[in-house]
Amino acid sequence: MPAPVSAPYLALSPMWNDGYDLRMPIEWVLLSYRLPREPSTPRIATWRKLKRLGVAQLNDGLVALPDDARTREALEWLAVEIAEAGGTATTWLARPGIEQYGRDLAAELAQARAAEYAAIIEEAQAAAEFAGAARRAAKKRLQAELHRIGRRDYFPPRERAAAHEAVAAIVEP
Amino acid sequence: MKWATRANIHIDRAGCAWLIRREIDPVAEFVFVQDPSQVPADATGFDMTGVDLSHHGRDCSFETILRRYDLTDPVLWRIAEIVHEADLDDERYHAPEAAGLDVVLRGLSMISDDERMLALTGPIFDGLYEFFRRERQLGREPA
Repeated sequence: MPAPVSAPYLALSPMWNDGYDLRMPIEWVLLSYRLPREPSTPRIATWRKLKRLGVAQLNDGLVALPDDARTREALEWLAVEIAEAGGTATTWLARPGIEQYGRDLAAELAQARAAEYAAIIEEAQAAAEFAGAARRAAKKRLQAELHRIGRRDYFPPRERAAAHEAVAAIVEP
Repeated sequence: MKWATRANIHIDRAGCAWLIRREIDPVAEFVFVQDPSQVPADATGFDMTGVDLSHHGRDCSFETILRRYDLTDPVLWRIAEIVHEADLDDERYHAPEAAGLDVVLRGLSMISDDERMLALTGPIFDGLYEFFRRERQLGREPA
């Protein structure tokens, strides 16, 4: 018997948010956490990880991601790490009490990624003017950055394709 | 011995199961549970919240098992780097193989249950082990 496919998204059509192809997750995984103010190292490490995961911040110490096997596990491991660092953390599965809350959260995440893609497009255009080796290095760096953004792009905005095209268009010397 | 881990295995749990059978318990029997509370009393849990053989600090479960059982084989640690990057993608190691292996295992997990995942991924890890063993021996990439 095949493993259950994690299908947390409910396709919504027509597009309902300014042309973004947003699909609404049925459930969200939440991480509620608290870390002591000192030492600051675990606080910074946690902040970096949350940033890398591209979470939506619901409140102080409460973040959300659309629930799937990977996001759930990522937040569970982060909860373990926070607890080991002397903090407290729990994960929860949640449905928005009002549908609009979920849509707003999805839109917020799409817009955050859109801003990251826009920055990539700008950098790619600047890199096109670089000389040989610098241009090659810039392309490699931007490809790696696109991969990182892609991992946290749960509601792909239009800018995604444009950013990939802009980086691909940098001519290798 | 009986070992328990969370259902819907991906690279870290698949790698751990392979490692357990290879280095710790050749006749290991694996059970897959949905929640830590379902781990049978006679089973050792791994790669799930609330058990020791799990993520600790920056380590993924595969690395934790290597440390707990004093497994110092450099070939296993090379595989640990790949498992770590495929699982966590935090750029702690340079393991370009991770991205490809991650996609292969994620794809397999879409068409296989956990038992079959173990059956399919075992030879993949055996092959990786042989590849990196030969690489160490030769001091360069083997043919």
